[in-house]
Amino acid sequence: MKRFLLPLIIFLVMVGFLFIGLNLDPREVPSPLVGKPASMFSLPRLDDPKQVFSPKDMLGKVWLFNVWASWCGACRDEHPILVELSKSGLVPVYGMDYKDTREEAQQWLQQGGNPYVATVMDVDGRVGIDYGVYGVPETYVIDKTGLIAYKQIGPVTYEALHEKILPLVKKLQTQ
Amino acid sequence: MIPEIGHFSLILALLVALALGIFPIIGAARGNAVWMGLARPLARTQFLLIAVAFVCLAYAFATMDYSVTYVATNSNSKLPIQFRIAAVWGGHEGSLLLWAMILSVWTVAVSLFSKHLPDDMRARILGVMGLISVGFLLFMLMVSNPFERLIPAALDGRDLNPLLQDPGMIFHPPMLYMGYVGFSVAFAFAIAALLGGQLDAAWARWSRPWTTMAWVFLTLGIMAGSNWAYYELGWGGWWFWDAVENASFMPWLVGTALIHSLAVTEKRGSFKAWTVLLAICAFSLSLLGTFLVRSGVLTSVHAFATDPRRGLFILVFLVVVIGGSLALFAWRAPTVGRGGKFDVVSRESFLLANNVLLAVAAFSVLLGTLYPLFLDALGLGKISVGPPYFDTVFAPLMTPALFLMGIGPIARWKKSSLPEIAMRLRWAFGVSVATAMILPVLLGHWTPMIGLGLFLAFWIFASSAHLVYQRLRGSDQPIITRVKAIPRAWWGMVIAHLGIAVFTLGVTIVKGFESEIAVRMLPGEVAHLAGYDFTFKGVEEIQGPNYTASRGQLLVTKNGVERTILSSEKRLYTVQNMPMTEAGISPALIHDLYASLGEPLEDGAWSVRIYYKPMVEWIWAGCAMMALGGLLALSDRRYRMRKRLAKEGALKANEALA
Repeated sequence: MKRFLLPLIIFLVMVGFLFIGLNLDPREVPSPLVGKPASMFSLPRLDDPKQVFSPKDMLGKVWLFNVWASWCGACRDEHPILVELSKSGLVPVYGMDYKDTREEAQQWLQQGGNPYVATVMDVDGRVGIDYGVYGVPETYVIDKTGLIAYKQIGPVTYEALHEKILPLVKKLQTQ
Repeated sequence: MIPEIGHFSLILALLVALALGIFPIIGAARGNAVWMGLARPLARTQFLLIAVAFVCLAYAFATMDYSVTYVATNSNSKLPIQFRIAAVWGGHEGSLLLWAMILSVWTVAVSLFSKHLPDDMRARILGVMGLISVGFLLFMLMVSNPFERLIPAALDGRDLNPLLQDPGMIFHPPMLYMGYVGFSVAFAFAIAALLGGQLDAAWARWSRPWTTMAWVFLTLGIMAGSNWAYYELGWGGWWFWDAVENASFMPWLVGTALIHSLAVTEKRGSFKAWTVLLAICAFSLSLLGTFLVRSGVLTSVHAFATDPRRGLFILVFLVVVIGGSLALFAWRAPTVGRGGKFDVVSRESFLLANNVLLAVAAFSVLLGTLYPLFLDALGLGKISVGPPYFDTVFAPLMTPALFLMGIGPIARWKKSSLPEIAMRLRWAFGVSVATAMILPVLLGHWTPMIGLGLFLAFWIFASSAHLVYQRLRGSDQPIITRVKAIPRAWWGMVIAHLGIAVFTLGVTIVKGFESEIAVRMLPGEVAHLAGYDFTFKGVEEIQGPNYTASRGQLLVTKNGVERTILSSEKRLYTVQNMPMTEAGISPALIHDLYASLGEPLEDGAWSVRIYYKPMVEWIWAGCAMMALGGLLALSDRRYRMRKRLAKEGALKANEALA
């Protein structure tokens, strides 16, 4: 009798998890960093490692900070949307290439187009920790004072861009 | 008016399904012939009512009735007619209607081709299917009504997701659902057998053809989906271990195990409880797949709009259906006899090993799919489990399974001898080892994975060849007579197994020897890959019905001889302002050439990616062979009567969907 109950027990445990899962949104992780100052790193640029980029350079501007990698499948989904966005010139997009190699990252940008004003390399993921990167891709909206105003987990979709990110950017730009 | 008819029809269908789920089952328990007799007419009435609803929705799409919310969100006046019809199942509500529709098709098929079943068995089977239908119809009417009105009506629709505007959309979902939902028949047979306490060889014999039929559809559906991903997503992959792909793959693995285990139960009376459990699991995994896709619990490229109420409804439904049937299993299965005894070395043992491997494989896919959710639920953070996990887990599980595939059919039932099997297969083993060592070197390079893949593929080829040779030799009759004398079910098995070999060969070669380049090309420039020259002929702007596109063409030559032209498009679907890439593919038996247009660069140059994919088509050819094997088994003499009827059932399904 007991061994015939096993499938039922396994199933019920799974249901428990699924029930908890229902109340979680896989795309929304409440980031403790929203509303906090963005970490002021200084990292070498992808195109020219001799140059560095730091969020300090961006104080006074609203900008997007997109974490990506050439090994990331979901980044392919959002990439055309970022390319479109960069053409529109509404807001500058800076990229951080996360745990990646320079060669592959450059090839990726050649293939899909480069939407970034500049991309920095976070080879060991150290800066990723400061930003609370859970997975790639993630995108941060950073305001004029250097505070993280919003964090998009997962790819930037067309809806997310037009319904959340761009209205927020416009609001922040007028502040 | 028409949408209201559809809506009303669905409500009536729900009432009929309720009656179907209640009276025949009670009738069977009490031996009431009249109540049992209600099952067939109710099953047919239910089918007619859902078909009316389906046609009403299709009509709303065809006539561009944008006062219906679902039509307005999934179609557009510029959308070509074939996609407007396919858009019926392009969104959440409509694909549920397709699901309910196909369930009613299977139900009506069972009601038509079950004359040889005892009355109480048939009543229970149809009743169980009716109860499943109640769940889906209730779900639709409560939280996912496709006929909901939009007031005021939209001027034009928001268009079908451009990713879905492809011929693949017309075939892939109906095929896949035929497979998914088809396992409901095997499930209903199992539950009916548990309720009635008649788990015997007859039960296995009855449910076998239905299971095979569902498995054939599922195989074809997965094949169509994989092929679609290959040319539509624009980067030449054919399987992504995406949550939704996994949702269709798990029932396939368990369904494959079920087919084999049913064979043992029918022929030898063994594995009864295990077979019932597999039948329950195959359909449960189909339901779970639906839950995963629709509840928003997991993220995926396939994700439908999410609504927590929907998720909760499906979860409750899952608990009732799966939990209920597993509880019934725990209660009734211990009373089932053990069946025929068998030796450690016997065909039964080999089939059991195959079953365990397939079930473990399905479980590991389930684990990989749900693992991110488990961690998330336990508050351990968010991760995503990608192809590395699945590749690592899958190869070690499939290697012994494929190896056993060569041995199982040769071994005798009950008691077999290892030395004898080894003796008989020594040549097959030698040939496959030699091929695995030599062929990759001839093709360019040898790696352990290429060697292993080729060994397994040729092992199945060679052992199948030996099996056929053994079976055909030793008679003076002409070869045709001898071939015909062997049951078609046996040939079906051989062809399906060869399909696995063809598939394995395709996967091994394409993974081992594919190459790609990404280049910046000006018109007139030439790129080189795998001995071919690709001349970029430039890009022209074209206007599609609901998109604008840049079409780039590459002239392919080899040693100066023109071979083909690859034309790849970068489309912009105007309504949703969504870019899409259409790959240019030249498919062939030996290799595919695959080009995909990237981004425009400065000075009229474009980034272009070109892939060389050797034997990639063999992957789908292998799947087609598996399905063909299943069809051949269905056309076996002992099913011929049923086959004709089942075909009519399938035809009806097609008519209803058209």
